[in-house]
Amino acid sequence: MMDLRRLFRSRAASAPVARERLQILLAHERGLRGQPDLLALLRSEILAVVSRHVVLDPDKVIVRMERGKTVSTLEVDIEVPNNFERSRAVAAT
Amino acid sequence: MAKVLVVTSGKGGVGKTTTTAALGAALAQMGEKVVVVDFDVGLRNLDLIMGAERRVVFDLINVVQGVAKLSQALIRDKRLENLWLLPASQTRDKDALTDEGVKGIIDDLRTRFDWVLCDSPAGIERGATLAMRYADEAVIVTNPEVSSVRDSDRIIGMLDSKTVKAERGERVEKHVLITRYDPARAARGEMLSIDDILEILATPLLGIIPESQDVLRASNVGSPVTLNNAACAPARAYADAARRLMGETVAMMVPVERKGLMDRLLGRRAA
Repeated sequence: MMDLRRLFRSRAASAPVARERLQILLAHERGLRGQPDLLALLRSEILAVVSRHVVLDPDKVIVRMERGKTVSTLEVDIEVPNNFERSRAVAAT
Repeated sequence: MAKVLVVTSGKGGVGKTTTTAALGAALAQMGEKVVVVDFDVGLRNLDLIMGAERRVVFDLINVVQGVAKLSQALIRDKRLENLWLLPASQTRDKDALTDEGVKGIIDDLRTRFDWVLCDSPAGIERGATLAMRYADEAVIVTNPEVSSVRDSDRIIGMLDSKTVKAERGERVEKHVLITRYDPARAARGEMLSIDDILEILATPLLGIIPESQDVLRASNVGSPVTLNNAACAPARAYADAARRLMGETVAMMVPVERKGLMDRLLGRRAA
C-alpha cells in the first residue's frame, strides 16, 4: 500500500518539475535574445583577422559557445591548410 | 478601424487553424465582417477546416503575384455571410510570399473587413514572421506542455521585436489562448496549471479551450467548432474568447473535471 501511494505521489509531482525546468530554461533563453548574432559576429571577425596572415577556407572556421553555470567557454576551431608556412611568408613580405 | 490579428504558436499541432476558424466564425456571428487568411503556403489546411476546400480557385500567392484580384481569391462562407476565407497556395514555393506582397494584401483587407485573422504556419521561419509582420494583436495558442510553452515564449519575443508595430516602438497586443486543456490531468498534477503557464509567459489570458471530441468532430465535417455545435464546451470557450477580443468583460471559466463513476467510487474530488 505504501509503495502504491509513493508511486501515485511521484506521478503527481510531474507538473511542478515541468514548471521548474521551464523557468530555468526560459530565463537562460531570454538572456540570449537580442544578441543572437554574437557568434556570427565573432566568427566573421576572427576569420578576417586570421585571413590577413593565412589563406583559409571560411567553411573550416567553427566558433562555438558553451554556457556553464559559472563559466562559459568559447571554442574556436580553425582548420589551416598545409601550405600554412608559405602563406604566412607571403603575408610577412 | 480594422484589426489585424495573428494566430500563432511556434509549435505545430497545438490548434492554430482550429482557433483561427473558431474565432473567425464567432466574431462573424457577433456581426463583425471577418476574413481568415491562411499563411501556411504549401501546407494549407484552413480551407479544409472551414469546409471550403472544393471552392478554392485562386489563392494568396496568386494575389501577391498579380495573377488574380483579391476579390477573386476571397471565398465567402456558405453559413455566415460576413465571414470570408483567403486560402493559401497548396503547391507553390513558400518563397513566393514577399514582405511587400503581404503588406499590399493586408492594407487592402483592412479597408474591406473589421477583422483580418492571419493563421500562421508553425515554426519561426519566413511564413510565420510574415504572418505576424503587420499584426495589431496576437493570439498565442499554447498547450499545457513544456515544449509548447517554450515555443510560445520564443514567439512572444518575436512579436516584441520583429513586427512593424514593434519596430515603430509600439506594442502588438498579445493574448495567450490555452488549448487542449485536460481538467482531469490538471487536477492530478500531471499537467502544467493555468497559473504556471501565465506566470511563465507573463501574458494575459484570452481563454481556456478544453480538450474535446467536439473539435475533431467539427474538423471532420469542415465546420468551425463554434458553428458546428455552439453548445459544446470548446465552442462556448471560443465564443467567450471572441467576446473578450471585442472588448467585453467575460468571466473566465476554468474547465472542471467531470466526475465519472470510477471517481465517485474511489471518492476522488473534482478540481
